[in-house]
Amino acid sequence: MSDELVIDDLHVSVEDKPIIKGLNLRIKQGEIHALMGPNGSGKSTLSNALMGHPHYDVDKGTVTFNGAPILELEPNERARLGLFLAFQYPTAIPGVTMANFLRMAVSSVRSENSNGSETTELIPMREFRRELRGKMKQLGVDESFARRYLNDGFSGGEKKRAEILQLAMLEPKVAILDETDSGLDIDAVRIVGESVNQLIGPNLGVLIITHYPRLLNYIRPEYVHVLLDGRIVESGGWELAELLEEKGYDPIREKYGIAATVPDTDGEAEESSAFRG
Amino acid sequence: MSSELIQTRPRAHDVRTGDFSRDFVEEISRCQDEPKWMRERRLEAHDAYESLLMPHTADDDEWRRKVDMRTQDYWRRTKRNMRGFNVDDYTPVAFSASETPTSSGITKTRAESKEASSGVIAMVDGSPVESFLSKEIERKGVYFADLNTALKERPDFVRSCFMTKGVTTETQLRSGNIPLRNKFDALHGAFWQGGYLLHVPKGVVVEIPLRVFIALSESGRADLSHTIIVADADSKVTILEEQVSSDGGVAGFHCGAVELFAGQNANVTYVQVQRWNQQVWNFSTQRAIAGRDSRLCWVTGTLGSRLSKLNQTAALEGAGSNVQMLGLTFTHSRQHVDVSTAQEHIAPHTSSDLLYRTVLRDRSQTAWSGNIYVYPDGQHTDAYQKNDNLVLSDRAHADTLPGLEIQAHEVRCTHGATAGPIDKEQVFYLMSRGLSRSQAEKMIVDGFFEPVMDRIPLDSVRGELQDSITQKLTAAK
Repeated sequence: MSDELVIDDLHVSVEDKPIIKGLNLRIKQGEIHALMGPNGSGKSTLSNALMGHPHYDVDKGTVTFNGAPILELEPNERARLGLFLAFQYPTAIPGVTMANFLRMAVSSVRSENSNGSETTELIPMREFRRELRGKMKQLGVDESFARRYLNDGFSGGEKKRAEILQLAMLEPKVAILDETDSGLDIDAVRIVGESVNQLIGPNLGVLIITHYPRLLNYIRPEYVHVLLDGRIVESGGWELAELLEEKGYDPIREKYGIAATVPDTDGEAEESSAFRG
Repeated sequence: MSSELIQTRPRAHDVRTGDFSRDFVEEISRCQDEPKWMRERRLEAHDAYESLLMPHTADDDEWRRKVDMRTQDYWRRTKRNMRGFNVDDYTPVAFSASETPTSSGITKTRAESKEASSGVIAMVDGSPVESFLSKEIERKGVYFADLNTALKERPDFVRSCFMTKGVTTETQLRSGNIPLRNKFDALHGAFWQGGYLLHVPKGVVVEIPLRVFIALSESGRADLSHTIIVADADSKVTILEEQVSSDGGVAGFHCGAVELFAGQNANVTYVQVQRWNQQVWNFSTQRAIAGRDSRLCWVTGTLGSRLSKLNQTAALEGAGSNVQMLGLTFTHSRQHVDVSTAQEHIAPHTSSDLLYRTVLRDRSQTAWSGNIYVYPDGQHTDAYQKNDNLVLSDRAHADTLPGLEIQAHEVRCTHGATAGPIDKEQVFYLMSRGLSRSQAEKMIVDGFFEPVMDRIPLDSVRGELQDSITQKLTAAK
């Protein structure tokens, strides 16, 4: 049986302000979904809430992974179940090398010990190095990445590639790509898109969260959903992405009577500042 | 050799707790058959000791930079935390001990370190328990012995450098023309016991590090050990000095001094790691003098003690000299660590780079105040100074006070300081990758210390510091 992430009537607020207002979505291992929405629609709130960021309060609804409720779990427990979030703004951790971090992370998610205890046994160095080198080669990532401090001084493109490298190493069942294309020039979008394509297969479910359809030119989703004002208002196939590419969000906004958010109360900006802590 | 030394030493008196009298100074000097000049220096220091107030009881304190009112707040904290200290609780000299003292904590490490060292000196309560120098190094003319022995074997050498130009009882801070006298330095000058002299002659390169263990074993002992390192021109040496005490929270008192002399073009690495137990009062004044074109890498690891007060000065007296000062401090429980540093750029074309990083847990407190002084002749100085604090608990408190005093016009000086809690976004990021909260925090702390660790030239030292950090992270409050 393939694993499934099921989101049922999810309501999430940030500092008492409701952002996600009743969202339903099912993602199976092996499926590719795109969740598209304009700024302020709640895209980042959804991804952070799914991963368990303490700043986001779930007011109502359930999320289950392979039948088990996950909203009460710590982020590391969700990761161990097979959930992965590629961050829109990956945090820099100076002094921690990518290699040391990844070895610990990989050892933790693969550990038999279910409580995520302190005594994670690290996978053998040789085995880890071989695997890391293989994945780097596959994704065309320079080997010097391993010795660099995690996201510290990385360019925008390097940060996103580092996220995809982590995805490749951790081998999750469902991965959320939160605006992985944001801040990248078109070449970088292509590189990241091709990297993700390499990892797609029957064992990986993907939720691509994006504002622009351009990443979808490289990763073709089977399901496209439109997020407006905290709800999925339309779901369909590739033709929905094409419609958005052509006409933007305005026709859908009009259809559902949702006004475009005014810049100074922009939910996206608020989310962003909340995210920065 | 060392055990003989202890046996032949006269036992002139019983343990005399709290006896810091002039008579006792004379007795110590007589019993050890010291040269007249040393007795006179001790007595001179004792005069200074008598004339000064304990820093924490004085209104007009000795440790605060008087020109800078901003230091008052942090000084008040140190003062408050020193209230429990009473010098009369301690016994100044250990050689009255009836048997050879031991300290379980150091035996194992010593045995291991002997394999990988050019030389080892171990002392317990100021008495040497082990002294070893590899034949190869000895043949090159390196002298490495406990200081009481050195005083007998090399009296003139000791006379030339013992508290004459490094640490003295008179002035600690020449800058701003403020003479600063410290009662603890005077106490040290009068009652010093133990420590060591290392002399590396001209052109001698000691590739494998020398190691020193200074241990406190018994309740009520004071350790007044004195470190002198003299590296002559074109020499190279690395010394790792560790201060340890028996576990079990036995009270103790360390009042030490460190004098480092790097000659012309010498290359010296001095690492001091302090791991006293949580009941030890730790005071130390340390001064390095860097000669022409010399390089000094000076690393200070502060992990133990109930309260520490360190005064550290690097005097760049020779043109072209370069000093790196690296500090790694981790406090927990109710520990208090107060460090004052000075980078004195006396000669032209000198460079210094200071990085002190501190992690605080529980209700511990730290203070760092550092100054870069550039003297009028210190043209083309390049000086850097940075203190960063990672505060893991709401109840911990870190003070940081960088400063500059520049009297030359052609200089580059940069400084900075930061203090703040652990970044929650970093924790979330790591946890989202499968690390538990404590694993994530440990990784962030390790990363925070990395820039200091990265510059410590010894794998073994890095490993030992890493172990200590891990222990501190999981220690009970």
